[in-house]
Amino acid sequence: MADQAGASNAAPSPRTAVVIGGNRIPFARAGGAYAYSSNKDMLIAALDGLVARFGLQGERIGEVAAGAVLKHSRDFNLTREAVLGSALSAATPAYDLQQACATGLETVVGLSNKIRLGQIESGIAGGVDSASDAPIAVSEGLRRVLLDLSRARTTQQKIKALGKLRPKDLAPNAPTTGEPRTGLSMGEHQALTTAAWKISREAQDELAYLSHRNLAAAYERGFFSDLMTPYRGLTRDANLRADTSLEKLATLKPVFGKSLDTTATMTAGNSTPLTDGAAVVLLGSEEYATANNLPMLANIVDAEASAVDFVHGEEGLLMAAVHGMPRLLARNGLTFDDFDFFEIHEAFAGTVLSALAAWEDEDYCKRVLGLDGALGSIDRSKLNVNGSSLAAGHPFAATGGRIVASLAKTLSEKGGRGLISICAAGGQGVIAILEARK
Amino acid sequence: MADSYLNLVNTPLPAKIAKALGLPRPSVLRRYTPGEALAVNPVLVAGSGPGADALADVLLGWDVEVRRHVLPGEKLSAAVVVLDRAASPADLAAPMLELGQAVRLLVPGGRVMGVFRSPADTTDPAEAAARQGVDGAIRSVAHELRGGATANGIVLRGSTTTTDATALGALRFFLSGKSAYVDGQFIEVSSAPVESISGLAASTAATGEGVADQPLAGRTAVVTGAARGIGAKIAEVLARDGARVVVVDVPAAGEQLAQVANRVGGTALQVDITTADAATRILDHVRQRYGTLDIVVHNAGITRDKLLANMDASRWDSVMAVNIASQLRMNEHFLASPVFSGTGRIISLASTSGIAGNRGQSNYAASKAGVIGMVRAQAAAFDGGGRTINAVAPGFIETDMTAKIPPLTRQVARRLSSLQQGGLPVDVAETIAFLASDSAAGINGQVLRVCGQNLVGA
Repeated sequence: MADQAGASNAAPSPRTAVVIGGNRIPFARAGGAYAYSSNKDMLIAALDGLVARFGLQGERIGEVAAGAVLKHSRDFNLTREAVLGSALSAATPAYDLQQACATGLETVVGLSNKIRLGQIESGIAGGVDSASDAPIAVSEGLRRVLLDLSRARTTQQKIKALGKLRPKDLAPNAPTTGEPRTGLSMGEHQALTTAAWKISREAQDELAYLSHRNLAAAYERGFFSDLMTPYRGLTRDANLRADTSLEKLATLKPVFGKSLDTTATMTAGNSTPLTDGAAVVLLGSEEYATANNLPMLANIVDAEASAVDFVHGEEGLLMAAVHGMPRLLARNGLTFDDFDFFEIHEAFAGTVLSALAAWEDEDYCKRVLGLDGALGSIDRSKLNVNGSSLAAGHPFAATGGRIVASLAKTLSEKGGRGLISICAAGGQGVIAILEARK
Repeated sequence: MADSYLNLVNTPLPAKIAKALGLPRPSVLRRYTPGEALAVNPVLVAGSGPGADALADVLLGWDVEVRRHVLPGEKLSAAVVVLDRAASPADLAAPMLELGQAVRLLVPGGRVMGVFRSPADTTDPAEAAARQGVDGAIRSVAHELRGGATANGIVLRGSTTTTDATALGALRFFLSGKSAYVDGQFIEVSSAPVESISGLAASTAATGEGVADQPLAGRTAVVTGAARGIGAKIAEVLARDGARVVVVDVPAAGEQLAQVANRVGGTALQVDITTADAATRILDHVRQRYGTLDIVVHNAGITRDKLLANMDASRWDSVMAVNIASQLRMNEHFLASPVFSGTGRIISLASTSGIAGNRGQSNYAASKAGVIGMVRAQAAAFDGGGRTINAVAPGFIETDMTAKIPPLTRQVARRLSSLQQGGLPVDVAETIAFLASDSAAGINGQVLRVCGQNLVGA
């Protein structure tokens, strides 16, 4: 069993949970190739591709966990419905999870913990999101009227209920990325943080450029041939611009932070677009992988969710992972120098660069994070080596699965240790450590 | 693309009209369904001598009613003419005339089989004339048969007996619905070394028991170009026969490939076979998941048709790269790997275009003729060992590829065979599954056409 040297408590050593492989469909820009695909359609496609890759037809998996951020109320059992529509055994249980953009990574954490505890032998974690097929709700006024109407028994009561209807109630509510407690969109929140950390337009564009370049190179060498299954005619992430350049990125007009005192720096090029897609990851115990002749790409070592108070302006909306990081590293006796690959989700280029700046800032680390000094700096050549969300796109709940599968494959090829950081709405973040098999 | 003419002439009134006008009247072919009876009606075994007698005994053991002579008016499922002792052309008369009587009594979808020795194995001119004569006679019978019946031959090499395991395996294949679109073909059979037949099948092949249901149980097969068409059907038939199937196709075809894998309970491997590491990726996958690679079906192929005068380098090069260069390179890796079984089978897709040539297909014909050359040379190297390599050459098969042929040309192409119709992907797949089985252990270096005895390149 797993060597847990150094663990001094008396609790039995948990087992090791491994990443066996992954599958995702190429990510499409909203309104693009998957404009008429539902979350369920895409999640089934991702599951079926995984089943095909590993020959899991009719197999009962310990549990499937997935979720979507933009979710129809009818999809209350989205993941279970997707399992029933897939080639997996109908005896495979499933649950939905939602933690905004950290949904996908959190499903990996949850299922890997069940595997470590011996509650399940195998699991499929993932997520899906459609910005195209987003739910549109009726107004709060119309909703109340309709509910009253359904409860009305007499004609008089029905007329009375309908009488409360006002013309403005007829306008539907489209979903927004606005934070309920601040009214600011995610981009506007990040613009505040980007400005606070004085992240330059050039630095953001460069990160975006590298994301596209690295993702294009990964496709070029066939990196995704066993991580992706085409869907609806799309064979590559539609957002990828292999021929983009710093010059082209520099021509884009800012879209966020235009009302701030500082120069607006965030453009459509260095922010992620609304995207459709799905990604899943096959997890298992070492015993399961061995018994079924399945590969073991990487071990899932540890993870932590964190949150910050962004409502009162004490911290940026997308800075929670910055706070969790020193705790996760300390618990595992690691520093940034012990990692070979960093996967920091590029919600916005400014998000990644603000986090890097914060960890390098001695004053901030002492004052805000309560450390003795700067947490450290990250070698940029180890960052998002196969591209990230700025190039691939970001179907919210699918991003975790994309990152975990890609990082695990990278670790199986190159060895070493990898760190994942994903920020999420509501001032949250989830971070995780993966390690190559010895 | 459905053959609507075939469907039409198999309804009462149009059938009469077609007959009156002398139009082609293709039949709905008898195709294999699991559990089918090999022969519902009696089977004639014509010819004399120990070889014919022994073969008749084996057929009895297969629960087939056997006749040694035609009974007036009794319908026959098949007529097997055994001529293994023919020493001069004069020896053909009696058995062939008996066969002539039998042909009149064949049920729709009936079978004519010639079993004889190879003219290449004798130096006696009269004996060689007799043997070669059978070839000509059976081909002609194939042209004459109607009602979806076919005529084919089993050519015994060296001292191979009529009841050799492979000879019987071939006989079962031809008698069954699996050979529906194989017509006017001759398959050379040698005695397989016993060690080349793995598992229990060796003992049961002689009796035909046990091998019928899952002849490929426990085998691992790789099928390239498996996302659609003939490749997808090959995967299905191999899986039906018990094989674990790894379906391979280019990443861009991954969506359909996954569907095929999930349909056959196999695994999908997105690999471009023209890349240098294709064989390594296939071998790594098979080693990880299954341990041993038993069957390789080189099915992936493309066409980039142009008259040679208008041919450009990209059309020529891409066809050669996919259709033959990739196979040569992958075979080299497979044969050097301990993962490839000592009783491994390689089956490569050729084409009638590679045999007869075809206007506008100089590149394609070069690649497919190249496959035949490769198979024969590799077979010589395999000779006497446990491995075999063979080619299957489809004629006009109803696929997305042939659906692109202009309608009139397509109608004509369909009628240009003795069976007066195009074949189905399953016809090619059944032939490949047979060649992959233990029953075909003594078949090596053959090019088996699945063409309905197409007039082209006969």
